[in-house]
Amino acid sequence: MDTGLTLNHFLAVSGILFAIGLAGVLIRRNIIVIFMCLELMLSAANLTLVAFSRFNTGANGAPDYHGQVLLFFIITVAAAEVAVGLAIIVALFRARETTDVTQIASMKN
Amino acid sequence: MDVNTIAWLILLLPLASAAVILLGTKKSAGISALISTGSVIATLVLSFLLLAQPDTAAAKPLQWLSLGDFEVTIGLKLDSLAQGMMIIVTGIGTLVHVFSLGYMHDDAGKARFFAGLSQFMFSMTGIVLADNFAMMFIFWELVGVSSYILIGHWYDKDSAADAAKKAFLVNRIGDFGFMIGILLVWVLTGSIYFDEIAKAIGGVQNANLLNAAVLLVFCGAVGKSAQLPLHVWLPDAMEGPTPVSALIHAATMVAAGVYMLARVSFLVGAAEMAADTIAIIGGATALLAALMATQQNDIKRVLAYSTLSQLGYMIMAQGLHDGSDAGMFHLYTHAWFKALLFLGSGAVIFACHHEQDIWKMGGLRQKMPITFWTFLIGTAALIAVPGTSGFWSKEAILEAAWHDHNYLVWGLGIAVAFLTPFYMTRLFVVAFLGKPRTKDADHAHEVSPIMWVPLAILAVMAVISAYITGPLEAKGHVAFHMSLTAILSLAGLVVGVLAGWKLYAGCDRDPVNIKLFANKFYLDELYLGIVRLFQDFVGMTFDAVDRYLIEPITVRLPALAAMSSGYVLRLLQVGNLQAYGFLFGLGAVVLIWLIVF
Repeated sequence: MDTGLTLNHFLAVSGILFAIGLAGVLIRRNIIVIFMCLELMLSAANLTLVAFSRFNTGANGAPDYHGQVLLFFIITVAAAEVAVGLAIIVALFRARETTDVTQIASMKN
Repeated sequence: MDVNTIAWLILLLPLASAAVILLGTKKSAGISALISTGSVIATLVLSFLLLAQPDTAAAKPLQWLSLGDFEVTIGLKLDSLAQGMMIIVTGIGTLVHVFSLGYMHDDAGKARFFAGLSQFMFSMTGIVLADNFAMMFIFWELVGVSSYILIGHWYDKDSAADAAKKAFLVNRIGDFGFMIGILLVWVLTGSIYFDEIAKAIGGVQNANLLNAAVLLVFCGAVGKSAQLPLHVWLPDAMEGPTPVSALIHAATMVAAGVYMLARVSFLVGAAEMAADTIAIIGGATALLAALMATQQNDIKRVLAYSTLSQLGYMIMAQGLHDGSDAGMFHLYTHAWFKALLFLGSGAVIFACHHEQDIWKMGGLRQKMPITFWTFLIGTAALIAVPGTSGFWSKEAILEAAWHDHNYLVWGLGIAVAFLTPFYMTRLFVVAFLGKPRTKDADHAHEVSPIMWVPLAILAVMAVISAYITGPLEAKGHVAFHMSLTAILSLAGLVVGVLAGWKLYAGCDRDPVNIKLFANKFYLDELYLGIVRLFQDFVGMTFDAVDRYLIEPITVRLPALAAMSSGYVLRLLQVGNLQAYGFLFGLGAVVLIWLIVF
């Protein structure tokens, strides 16, 4: 199956996704959105892993499955992390009644 | 016993005694004193055995230091000079030890005192028997240390502690010159052994360098024998116990400089200009010290200045052609009568409850007849009454100066011959004659036999030592013939004694008051000023360096750097989550950049 896609195409998409995620984390004020952007960055990393796995074929033409196995671990851990992260955000919202990160700077003082 | 055993025993017995006392018997003062006295008596006996040895005797040397071809040995030279000197050192040492048994009887630091005396005997023996400059220098320094310990024996008294420090420091100045002189001699002749230097000295071409070397070696004698300008420590050293003053600061240690010059007389003889300088410094010291002595009121200080003056004579003789023997002769006779005078003054001080001011004494003639008569004999020897030992040796020196046609030095010597009888008569008349001026003097009574027996022995020696020239063999002669020198010095004796008698008989206060002499020509104050100036200058320099160079670089610069970098870094701590995230991302990018490109 030759779709004409090379590793670089996948990496470019992954890079764009990562950049969008990072920009979101740095620019947006809403902590929920920041959290989603973090997930986006994580997905970009996952995409890279799969792409490398797919294009790193061995002697018999089969892909290197290590990367894909790692991907599943990451998804699992990310799910757990989302649960914890959302719980913290909920707790934070209850305490401060805001989702604006510029308002949540009391550790400074 | 063979000569080896004798010589090494003489050197090591006192050391063993000091070690035993300090390490073992310090707690029991009586035993310590007996050990020390026993060791010195043993060395005296051994010294007499040594006297029987031929002039060329030498003990087997001990290898001490080996650097390639250069070797330093601890060797013992046992020629007649050393043999004679050993008799003086151990003979007077014995009498002083015995006297100390009485004088220091109730002293709290008695064991320490006797250990110090033993250590001194060891050091002095080392100087006398040394066969090379390196060994002599080691023991030279050891003598300095012993002197420091003994002057500062009553260290809880500020004046004693200060005097000890002063003696040590002033001696160090001279010793520094001595060390450079030794090195120069080594460079010039290629050896530090006296015998080899004597052989090589004729081949030295550079007369200027030789003069410099001899003058630098002489520096050591200037310090140890308290010549101008380093004489200031000796009068202060009288703060030590009186037996110490007698042993160290009158009879033996201060004679070390003279002995050293006599030992290297071949060097002095080879350096014309240096020899003249030595003679003039000796003569000047003799005269100035005699002038200072005329106005002192402390009995020990008068004797200290007279010691300075007599040492000046001896040093002067070392600088004259064929004067070395006369100088050693005077050293030999002077040692006996000066030890006698000091121990006599010790007896007086002891009897007057440690009163040292002669104007608070008086009338001691009836109270202390034995001390009176022995002191009289000592004084007679010091002022060179014909027939006493001092007369012969002083005549020898003055004659040597006359025959050397060194009229400046001769004139200085004659002037001293007028002054010495004057100030000694003053001391004697004020302290012993007249009536008691204070209660202490009135209650004085004769000291115990353990103290007056040494006085009596020394008094006998003060008269007859010049006739027993055995220890010095050919170095001293009892010879007299009428000459200008003899007439003048006899005139000096008569004039001095009469003037002293006329001025001071029956006086209760000093009728003469010459501030310049009483204040020792303000030399102490001058030195103090120089030292203070120098110290202030050095202090200011170092203060400036510290304040304007070291402190800014090592203290203020790092502090400033830490503070300013902290100020800059504080700007980054904004407390904004996204700013940290941005910096984190930036850091990651920079890291990737660094790793990849």
